[in-house]
Amino acid sequence: MDTTILGLPLIYYAAMILKVLVVFVFVLLTVAYATYAERKIIGHMQVRLGPMRTGWHGLLQPIADGVKLFFKEEIVPAQASKFTFLIAPLIALIPAFISFAVIPFGDTVELFGYKIPLQIASVYDTQAGRVLDLNVGVLYILAMASLGVYGIVLAGWSSNNKYSLLGGLRSSAQMISYELAAGLAIVSVFMLSESLSLQKIVADQSNFFSWSGTWYAFKQPLAFILFFICSLAEINRTPFDLPEAESELVSGFCTEYSSMKYAMFFMAEYANMVTVCAVTVTLFLGGWHGPLHPVLNFIVKVYFLIFVCMWIRATYPRYRYDQLMRLGWKVFLPLTLLNIVVTGIVIAAFS
Amino acid sequence: MASIEKMTLNMGPQHPSTHGVLRLVLELDGEKIEKVTPHIGYLHRGVEKLAEHRTYHQTLPLTDRLDYLAPMSNNLGYVLAVEKLLGIEVPERAETIRVIMAELTRIKSHLVWLACHALDIGAMTVFLYCFREREAVMDIYEMISGARMTSNYFRVGGLSQDVPDGFEKRVRDFIDSFDANVDTYEGLLTKNTIWLQRTVGNGVISAEDAVDAGITGPALRGSGVDWDLRRDNPYSGYEKYKFQVPIGEKCDTFDRYKVRLVELREAAKIVRQALDFLKPGPILADLPQVCYPPKDAVYNTIEGLIHHFKIASEGFLVPEGEVYQGIEAPKGELGYYVVSDGGNHPYRMRIRPPSFVNLSAIEKMSKGFMVADLVAVIGTLDIVLGEIDR
Repeated sequence: MDTTILGLPLIYYAAMILKVLVVFVFVLLTVAYATYAERKIIGHMQVRLGPMRTGWHGLLQPIADGVKLFFKEEIVPAQASKFTFLIAPLIALIPAFISFAVIPFGDTVELFGYKIPLQIASVYDTQAGRVLDLNVGVLYILAMASLGVYGIVLAGWSSNNKYSLLGGLRSSAQMISYELAAGLAIVSVFMLSESLSLQKIVADQSNFFSWSGTWYAFKQPLAFILFFICSLAEINRTPFDLPEAESELVSGFCTEYSSMKYAMFFMAEYANMVTVCAVTVTLFLGGWHGPLHPVLNFIVKVYFLIFVCMWIRATYPRYRYDQLMRLGWKVFLPLTLLNIVVTGIVIAAFS
Repeated sequence: MASIEKMTLNMGPQHPSTHGVLRLVLELDGEKIEKVTPHIGYLHRGVEKLAEHRTYHQTLPLTDRLDYLAPMSNNLGYVLAVEKLLGIEVPERAETIRVIMAELTRIKSHLVWLACHALDIGAMTVFLYCFREREAVMDIYEMISGARMTSNYFRVGGLSQDVPDGFEKRVRDFIDSFDANVDTYEGLLTKNTIWLQRTVGNGVISAEDAVDAGITGPALRGSGVDWDLRRDNPYSGYEKYKFQVPIGEKCDTFDRYKVRLVELREAAKIVRQALDFLKPGPILADLPQVCYPPKDAVYNTIEGLIHHFKIASEGFLVPEGEVYQGIEAPKGELGYYVVSDGGNHPYRMRIRPPSFVNLSAIEKMSKGFMVADLVAVIGTLDIVLGEIDR
């Protein structure tokens, strides 16, 4: 047990691998069953049943879908730019998953006398007696989120299909403009927490019932709403699902994709949704704090937000491209800036 | 210097929102539409030509397949045209049932319009709500004609058979709950900001342009022209019913949407009035030369048998002449121009489909707008390729 690699004990590496595996499998399962949940929830909202045939109440449907997509023919259009066409789904998928590295999903647990914080990129510092994590966690998430757009743009461009191209262009414009508003919306949270570390931000929201420790959603309601809406736009969910607007652009950027490559885009979309909901929970809804077991608190909150995403999808029509841009630049951006200014004034006045 | 190229985009015939097999060739500057050229004919079956070689009764099933979302309206236009040529009167009961079915058809057709229009703009839930009610109309169709879509129920001189027991109750139940259902659709759309942003100011066509293009039906009324054949040139006893003809003001997609929603409610009102008028009586004119005699007469009298045989084998003869009959179909003025040379089949039949004429305005309505708006324009024109291509 005394052996150390790079100054850290072996158990640190074992715990790290375990955490990565658990989180990865959990996100993957959530993604698979989010597709099922979406079909079921929207189905019931629309007076129909959703999947019913594969397993009890269609519970095996995501697996059947996965198997089907896996065995479908891989089609690469003759005129496509092959390398880009093949790599694009990966570029879309990977950032969706790796954002999870910095999200704290539970309290510190003790295993064989070693304290493990439930956040992948973190370590418990025994000397300082606190958890050390990536001190620019939020910036890391924003960076990863903006990587995802490359997958979609490249997919749209390399397919050599006009519909895909339009979808890719739409998404690049949309994601870039909404990232700005989303990024600025959470600045006001940093101003209150005085840190970019997600551990610190979660710790700030540990006491729901006192003003000093309550959720940031209550201290920054405008930022919360703006961030959530912008996140929906950034991950191309309804009402901002223009890049894949079925009724206009057939399937948008993934029109030419089939088989596992298509499945990757599909997974990326849902993984993005899970990530965005997890980030929102961490920043605004108290992270893993709550009445239940910490991990359970976190999961319940994330699932609730995912449900809200699906609910929105069943309710709203789709924006038009220019209206979306106008909303992003002329409404959300000024509002976030105003929010920052007001937050600054209030902080200055009270200090 | 970067060169700027316009993109030519081929939309359809396989495309989720071209409502069948419409093909549009778009010239785009970015996402802005510079030019729209509709290409039609992918669903051409030659209905007009086929009619020249079929007896008048055999032509009837062809009309079901024109606007397949409103089969009974097509039947109605056709039988009215032939009846006009024959100069015959239809019994009152048959006429009333025709009105009930024509208005239910209007409801059915408008429901599909609303469903698809909303789906095109991205509101998925409305689609399924509308189809739920449409299903109820289909059940009524099935109840009286045995078919859900290609009903082929009307006959020259009346109806193919009387409605079964329980018909009135079923229709009344449907109509009674219908207003609340329309409220549900409106609740999801009418005040929805996104819906308003997508439809207000979209696909504007002035009253003058609409009249010039020959647009009819809700699309014309949405542009503020007060014209409805049911009221202005009544047929099938429409003068007996009280109903409002809604008109729009701003000539845009939202006004056409509102016009059609009011029409849904008005159609329900007409059905309710017609149900009150409905009295027992014959459903076929007493004209053995034209209409099949009752089965009782066929089995028990020699005259009945002869008439049945004659009509079944060679159809009925129509005096020489030509006639045009237009009706207010759900999508606009549906006209049948029938020429007879005195034989048992039309010498020439020409159909004026509302969708075909309405489609001609598509370029005017979508030029300078974006691709997403074009989808809304296709939806608001409410075209059915079955009757455009015939």
